[in-house]
Amino acid sequence: MSVEFDRKVHDTLADANLQLAIYSSTGRLKRGRSASVADAEMPDYQELRTQAHAIKKHAIDNLDYYLEEFERNVTARGGKVVYCKDATEVADFVLGLAKQRGARLIVKSKSMTTEEVDLNERLHHHGLESVETDLGEYILQLAHEKPYHIVLPALHKTRYDVADLFTRELHVPRETVIEKQTALACSVLRDKFLAADIGISGANFLVADSGAIVVIENEGNARLTTTAPKVHIVLAGIEKVIPRARDLATFLKLLARSATGQLLSAYTSFLSGARRPGEIDGPDEFYVVLLDNGRTRLLPDREKRQTLYCIRCGACLNACPVYRKIGGYSFPWVYSGPIGAILTPQFMGVSHEPALPFASSLCGACGEVCPVKIDIPKVLLELRSDIKKAEARDGQNRLEKLAFRAFAWLMTHPRIYEMACRMAAMMAPSGNGKWISSVPPPLNLPPVRAWLSQRDLPPPPAKSFRELWRQRR
Amino acid sequence: MTRDHILHRIRTALGRSAGQAASPDVPPARLVVPEMDREARIRSFTARLEALGGKTLCAATRDEARALVAPAIEGKRAVASNAPFLAECGITSLPGVESGIADRERLRAVCAAAQVGITSADYALADTGSLVMLSSPQEARMISLLPPVHIAVAPLERMLTGLDELFTVLPRPAEQTSSMVLITGPSRTADIEQILVRGAHGPGQVIVILVG
Repeated sequence: MSVEFDRKVHDTLADANLQLAIYSSTGRLKRGRSASVADAEMPDYQELRTQAHAIKKHAIDNLDYYLEEFERNVTARGGKVVYCKDATEVADFVLGLAKQRGARLIVKSKSMTTEEVDLNERLHHHGLESVETDLGEYILQLAHEKPYHIVLPALHKTRYDVADLFTRELHVPRETVIEKQTALACSVLRDKFLAADIGISGANFLVADSGAIVVIENEGNARLTTTAPKVHIVLAGIEKVIPRARDLATFLKLLARSATGQLLSAYTSFLSGARRPGEIDGPDEFYVVLLDNGRTRLLPDREKRQTLYCIRCGACLNACPVYRKIGGYSFPWVYSGPIGAILTPQFMGVSHEPALPFASSLCGACGEVCPVKIDIPKVLLELRSDIKKAEARDGQNRLEKLAFRAFAWLMTHPRIYEMACRMAAMMAPSGNGKWISSVPPPLNLPPVRAWLSQRDLPPPPAKSFRELWRQRR
Repeated sequence: MTRDHILHRIRTALGRSAGQAASPDVPPARLVVPEMDREARIRSFTARLEALGGKTLCAATRDEARALVAPAIEGKRAVASNAPFLAECGITSLPGVESGIADRERLRAVCAAAQVGITSADYALADTGSLVMLSSPQEARMISLLPPVHIAVAPLERMLTGLDELFTVLPRPAEQTSSMVLITGPSRTADIEQILVRGAHGPGQVIVILVG
């Protein structure tokens, strides 16, 4: 475990207010999800998951085909598709277009993909004002922080934090009533919407047969972002493509339920190109930026490829007993929770934070709630195996290998195993019936100490299972 | 350049070649349209919208629809879309209602100042309480978005059972419009301490009048 990861985990565990905020927020979403997909509400939930998985699998297995179909259909309606391999290319494209159009002000709706490429920072660096317009994201932008959760970006901020922040950044009298804070932010942002030259949104889906993008939200900021400015730029990962508009009937039923327990979010926008002749409002120009940024690295492996089926609902974060303790900022990149634990190492390379796939109890809750049935625990295991293989190639884990070889030998020699157990029982502290959190020498080897620093051992029993077994016979 | 490079990487990883068709294993679209009579549709729509803080009113005739809208906009500035149905109901000629706007800049200024936005709807979805709005010369996007109150007046026969029926009758929405928006209840946020606030960037009040 890296020092950084270890420190962040411990900081989060030690912060009682934060623990409460994470636990209650994720708990509420978790209950909302369960209620909305319960049998009485949605008898065909499992069939829908199977269908969603099958569509995503087909789309990713034929990704080049559907991207080209999408591109043809966007182009046919006067839009433009741009492929970018990384953050620099995305920023270059947006900056180039902004310069051509003489744009100064950009409004943005919530998008994890833009977080992935640090778009705001890059645009600011070149003198453009780029404003987040989702309330949670706006708060974080003012605080110069990253999203804490895929769906609830500012779950770690209280109304008092927000009051301090607004007073400091917006120079307004301190206001702690949440309704008034919301109204204040919305009125500041309303002016930005009406003055903005460019709107940047993400996309929940790219629809190949329509050349359309789908944006899902509750506040209306994404509708404003994609309607008010004359130029609309969409940034989306290449894996977001689905074959047909009709497939949305399946995905829309699953997404909002899995994310927040709503049947549908307040606004689902299906947008295909700039406004058409005769349409009164909407943008004049429509661009879709398709981002790789590591995604093509996941394609060769048939098993791990399923990571790309993710629709970013956040259900696995809320279900995860690890996320609910260590929170979002312990994770090394913008994606947190179980999906972050499989996505980050594959996008950035396993050496980025090798402890990540190990920070899981493999309880399986994430896989169970995933609306597109990604087998997250299985991918975690595959990644662990990759990491261990890489370590073996570097000759890093010779000691570990030796220990496991000795263990295997011990387990195949029952008499010696029994003797070793008895010896260990004699050396180990009795604990006086309490859980054991440390052991005396010579047992307190560094790996044992590290193991015990996170866990306690139950007190050793008076008699071993083997002894009891013999007595019974 | 990057385009070809990325597509090449994808094809190499998937073992596909340029121009190759999609594999035939695409699952058939799953669209199940239930039987649901008129009363059940109204009941479901009303209950779903109410649960979100919206309101549904039923009008037997167009005159009745106008009579329901009139008190809701009395003394207020309202903007109405160019949907023929609103004119047929006589809603566009109610006092304080501005309608017939075809210019983007003007529409934006009027919507930003209006207290109520009045539209029709292309469809309504019974099982989620949603309105389906297709952008067109008759329906601008902003009217259901900028004013703090949104009133939608639509003939009852446009009520579909749900998403499955919507995509059955409209399998390719992009052939008709650049923008199809599903509106499900008022604009809302719970980004601060997960406390629900209605009316963030969009209308905090949604009133649907079903006619027929």
